[in-house]
Amino acid sequence: MAVVKLFGAWLSPYVYKVIWALKLKGIPYEYIEEDLSNKSPLLLQYNPIHKKVPVLVHDGKPIYESTVILRYIDEIWPQNPLLPANPYDRAVALFWIKFADDKNPIIAKLYQTEGEEQQAVVNEWLEMLEAMEEHALIGGKKFFGGDEINMVDIAFCMVAHWLGVFEDTAGLKVFEPHKFPQVSSWIQNFKSVPIIKDNLPDTDKIVAYLKRRKEMLLTSKSN
Amino acid sequence: MAGELVLLDFWPSPFGMRSRIALAEKGIPYEYREEDLRNKSDLLLQMNPVHKKIPVLIHNGKPVCESVIQVQYIDEVWHDKAPLIPSDPYQRAVARFWVDFIDKKIYELGSKIWKTKGEEQANAKKEFIECLKLLEGELGDKTYFGGESLGYVDVALVPFYSWFYAYEKCGDFSIEAECPKMIAWVKRCMQKESVAKSLPDQEKVYEFILQLKKVFGIE
Repeated sequence: MAVVKLFGAWLSPYVYKVIWALKLKGIPYEYIEEDLSNKSPLLLQYNPIHKKVPVLVHDGKPIYESTVILRYIDEIWPQNPLLPANPYDRAVALFWIKFADDKNPIIAKLYQTEGEEQQAVVNEWLEMLEAMEEHALIGGKKFFGGDEINMVDIAFCMVAHWLGVFEDTAGLKVFEPHKFPQVSSWIQNFKSVPIIKDNLPDTDKIVAYLKRRKEMLLTSKSN
Repeated sequence: MAGELVLLDFWPSPFGMRSRIALAEKGIPYEYREEDLRNKSDLLLQMNPVHKKIPVLIHNGKPVCESVIQVQYIDEVWHDKAPLIPSDPYQRAVARFWVDFIDKKIYELGSKIWKTKGEEQANAKKEFIECLKLLEGELGDKTYFGGESLGYVDVALVPFYSWFYAYEKCGDFSIEAECPKMIAWVKRCMQKESVAKSLPDQEKVYEFILQLKKVFGIE
């Protein structure tokens, strides 16, 4: 009987954050794929307030919100720690994790918006990239976590993998690698880590899915 | 461990109040510095270059930004007195979830109540009360969210009480009538010196909101 269960959806970056954390620590788990357009009664029972994935269930107890889940995993299974041990360094890491968490829902709207609204989303993306380039990745570090990835690297996963997906779906280029050399290096490094590389959703599949969703959104807006 | 502690803050900020309460609960001396947000100090801009916002807690010259992170940091460094964050990992996860919920909902909805009118305001009021009711559900029969003593969720939520009068006047409704358990909990918190001394007077906050409305040209 699986002690750890993860309710997820194949294209969600929030779900992948949890998958990577579990795999980095070598924790076996049962994965349950949710159809987000037809959520299971079990998911709604475990997460009645937000009704979202990911939900981690450990010994029957549900935990939700991806960062809350990650911190729980890190505390219960301390091998391969995902946060610095020193309280000050941890506070700095948590700052960047919150920064990424606050930006993620906004930047995901790149393909869902048009005109002025879309331009506002582009500005949010550029602000995020500039902050990463100028403040977060100082000292030419390989990863935010130093020589190994940690929770901060995982928190910025949308920049590493989903940015390209959103750009393709929106038909818009936001990220110019030459303007953000540190971020570009970090993206290459992050996606080369075996556990990340082997556990990334197929970009073509997501783009096709999001393009269909974009069509539906725009049709319903004009109706 | 104490070292030099400075809190860059702005008197009506519910986020600043969180750190004030945490420091007071643990009896930690610090220097409080009031920031003029229309004319931010060089120190603030240097210590929080990404957001340029208060509160900033400066410990031995190094900044900790974001109120929820400050409360966690204070709790970790001064762990021997008045612990705020649960020791059980699952209870900790539950507390973090509710603090995240408060951060995502309460401030934004409260802002909509004093900034908007008509349907937008009505929707914000409705959702605001729904959120408070969910929090009442989480509180249950406990004295505080933290159990018998103030905890992380109490510290994160109670500062917004100082804005309740302003929300009620602007939105023409009574929070106590809709959420009596919430107000009963607030009153218990306000009996603690750490809370009472950290929250400004509600009338003062209301006057501040009225001034802001003038500045932003809101009726």
